[in-house]
Parts: sequence; C-alpha cells; structure tokens
Amino acid sequence: MARHHVTATVNGDAVEFLCETHQTLLEVLRDELRLTGTKEGCGTGDCGACTVTLDGRMVCSCLVLGVEAEGKAIQTIEGMAVGRDLHPLQQKFLEHAALQCGICTPGILVAARSLLERNPDPTASEVRYWLAGNLCRCTGYHKIVEAVLDAARELRGN
Amino acid sequence: MSDMLYEAPGTLRAALALLSGANGKARVMAGGTDLLIQMRSGRIEPELLVDIKHIPDLRAIALKRGGFQFGSAVTCMELIEHEAFARAWPGVIDGVKLIGSIQVKGRATVGGNVCNASPAADSVPALIAAGALARIVGPDGKRDVPVEDIPTGPGKTSLASGEIVVSFILPKRLPRSGDAYLRFIPRTEMDIAVVGAGVNLTLDRRGFCTLARVSLGAVAERALLVSEAAAALVGTKVDDAALRQLAAAASAACRPIDDKRGTKEFRFKVAGVLARRAAEIALQRAGRKN
Ligand SMILES: Cc1cc2nc3c(=O)[nH]c(=O)nc-3n(C[C@H](O)[C@H](O)[C@H](O)COP(=O)(O)OP(=O)(O)OC[C@H]3O[C@@H](n4cnc5c(N)ncnc54)[C@H](O)[C@@H]3O)c2cc1C
Ligand code: FES
Ligand code: FES
Repeated sequence: MARHHVTATVNGDAVEFLCETHQTLLEVLRDELRLTGTKEGCGTGDCGACTVTLDGRMVCSCLVLGVEAEGKAIQTIEGMAVGRDLHPLQQKFLEHAALQCGICTPGILVAARSLLERNPDPTASEVRYWLAGNLCRCTGYHKIVEAVLDAARELRGN
Repeated sequence: MSDMLYEAPGTLRAALALLSGANGKARVMAGGTDLLIQMRSGRIEPELLVDIKHIPDLRAIALKRGGFQFGSAVTCMELIEHEAFARAWPGVIDGVKLIGSIQVKGRATVGGNVCNASPAADSVPALIAAGALARIVGPDGKRDVPVEDIPTGPGKTSLASGEIVVSFILPKRLPRSGDAYLRFIPRTEMDIAVVGAGVNLTLDRRGFCTLARVSLGAVAERALLVSEAAAALVGTKVDDAALRQLAAAASAACRPIDDKRGTKEFRFKVAGVLARRAAEIALQRAGRKN
C-alpha cells in the first residue's frame, strides 16, 4: 500500500501524519493537520496562496507532495504571530489595509517574511519582483508593497 | 492513482534499479513543478515516482578541470545563488531566473526543464548556447549528449526508458567570453516565452569573435541550435553588419506556429530582434573584466 507515515516539524512542533503519494503538502496541512491558514487558489503553482517554507525555502505547497516533507521543517502562517502578538508584517498589513478578501494574505505574508530575512532593506521594485508569484485579485498590490516596506522599516528599527 | 508508489533512493544505483524494475511505468521526479500538474490533470498516471533529490551527487555544483558541472537535482534557486557559477555563465542564469516565481524556482530544476521538453523552456536555449552536455546514465551505461539533442518535440525526449540525466557539464570558460538569454512575453514576469534567444560568444584580444553559439526557443517543436546565426558573428567585431546578419539568420531558422501568444509572422520578426539584443548583451559581458 502506498500510505506513507511521515514525521516532520511544522512551526517548530513535531508532527506525524499518514498520506497517500498523490496528496500534496497543501492537502496534508489543511485536511490532515487542520492548519487551514494556508490557502488553495489554483493548485497549479500560479497564485502563491499556498506559500510555505520548506527547510527555509519558500515553495508552493500545492506543488510539493506530503510524503516529501519527511524529516523537513515547515513554516506556515500559523507560526507567524507569537501568542497574541502579531508579527510586524501582519500588523502593517492591517494598518495599511493591505488585504480585502484575505485569501492571498497568508501566502503573501510568508513570502514577505522570507524576503525580509534575506534582504532587510528591499526597494519597492525588489518587493514587487519577490512577490511576483503571489497573486491578489482585490488590492491592486500597491498597499501590499507599502505594508511590506513599512514592516521592513520597523524591523530595522527606524 | 491512489496506489501510486513513491521512493526516494539515496544512490543513483538504487534509482536506476527502481526505474528498470518498473517497466516504463515509473517517472523520475526532481522538483515536481511540471510533474505534479501533469498528474493532477490526469495527463500522466505513473505507478511509481522516483524522487532523485536525495542522491547527494545529483545536488552538487562543482568546478571540474576548469569547467562547471551541476547535478540534475540542483534547484534553480541554488544555481542562481552560486556566485562563481553566475559570474561564469550569466546567460544560463538569465534563463534559469525566468523559470516561474521564487516559489517555483525553490523546487524546479534545470534537469526537469530540459526533460519536460517544452519548446518554450527558458533554460534550454541558454544551455544550448553555452555548449552544455547532459550526462545520462541508464541500464546500458553512461553517455554525454549535447543538450540540443535531448528534447525532440513537445513533451518528448531522446532518453531511453530507465535513463536519468545526472548532471550538466559546461565547457571551460575562456577569457573574454559572455552569454545572455532573453525572452519575449507580453508582461515582465510569470509567463511562457513567445520567443527565447540565447547567445554565447568569445572574443580574441583584438575584439574579434572567435567562437559563437546561438539558440532559439519557442519558434519550433524544440529549441534550435542555429549555426548560421553563430557563423554571422565569427570573424567579426560583432558590429552592426554582423548583428544584422545574425538577426536575419535567426529569423530564417524559425519554423513557428500561430497560437494565442503570437503569430508566425511575429515570431519570425521577434526571433531576429531578440537574438540581436542577446548578442549585444553577451558582447558587453565578454568585454567585462572577470
Ligand atoms: C507557476 C509555474 C510557472 C512556470 N514558469 C516557467 C517559465 O517561465 N519558464 C519555464 O521554462 N518553465 C516554467 N515552468 C515549468 C517548470 O517549472 C520547469 O519546466 C521546471 O524546470 C521543471 O523542473 P522540475 O524539477 O520541477 O521537473 P519535474 O516536474 O520533476 O520533472 C519534469 C519532467 O522531467 C522528467 N525529469 C526530471 N528530472 C529528470 C532527470 N534528471 N532525468 C530524467 N528525467 C527527468 C520528469 O520525469 C518529468 O517528466 C513553470 C511552472 C510553474 C508551476
Ligand atoms: S494554490 Fe498553490 S500556487 Fe495557487
Ligand atoms: S485580498 Fe483578496 S486576493 Fe488578495
């Protein structure tokens, strides 16, 4: 039988799950682990709503098999706030009204955090290129870029 | 589909054994960015996936006898982040950078881009222009094949059943060399090439072109090596007259189709324009001290 027993960490916590070969990491996160913050927009790698990091690299979880998570460290949107304290990116998204329906937001936040970890002081154009794989049908992107730049400023401490 | 098997062997030998034991019903899986979509749409229904990302040799980038080699399971992001490689082959990196979003590049490999055999694959013309060889290992042993001989048509390759591309071998970089790849799409990011053009050239001390390779993507059933276009550059200072001839030869080599992305006529024209622009960038890079 092609049912796999997988152990991994999600947001620092050890997890175990069973999955079939064809199940994607996105399906496992949402349906097996009940972490529904990660969204499905397209299922084909185009929209970025399902963005998570896998051993520190951002990926579309709809294009990763659940079984490939064996031994890996996964970070999702659920790991972003610390208790009740929102991450500065989350706070700035609220302040700048950088979301409307919110479907794209978890993926964009995970992607933006990954950018700021590599580049604490990006230009607006660098933010736009980094987020090119995250589609938003509502906001028109301007407020998203502003919120990311503002969060970057705050994280740099000025 | 629910009983599809998955294996992640740690050695090439084990991967080859799995493939040859599966009677052609197995698929190699690298980044899975093409494979997962094809499985989901029902276009392919493999019985076994052989994930090659756990084979250490296939994940290495190394300088061997003066030339770069990289494993077929190296991701696009790993290649882009390798500074020495990017300095030696900026044109290959131009192509690799265009493969989808950062998320996609975190998983996608050059090996998958070549073996998926899309005529519009962005790393393929760049690799062909670079003169890259693919090292293939299979049940009958090992062979090195120029990249232009791997894709044979949309979704089709010259690989035999059970064969794996294990690495790509680039020639030793000569002084005063430069390469570039450009593609035309109607927007700036995240789209499929209407035309792609890769140019790689080497100059002598006086600035005359001694070696050139030109390749075009998305203008035929597979990426083309266009030797007539390269011949237009060799022996010249890559001046306006040479560039015009290069553009004419590039346009003449196309055998495009009409589709929603562009008409035949448009592709003929754009192939010439892009080949010329790529040659100008390659020339400028060749002149740069490195
Ligand atoms: C949203 C999105 C955008 C994209 N944009 C682009 C783009 O702009 N330009 C572009 O060129 N591509 C693009 N792609 C396509 C895709 O990402 C690339 O073709 C990628 O390089 C495939 O690599 P992979 O490792 O994911 O291949 P996989 O999906 O793992 O494999 C692809 C095929 O090659 C075979 N294969 C893989 N590795 C080997 C090997 N070592 N030996 C033998 N066979 C092998 C597999 O069996 C399969 O048939 C995009 C994809 C997505 C999802
Ligand atoms: S759901 Fe994964 S990219 Fe759209
Ligand atoms: S807020 Fe609705 S898709 Fe971005």
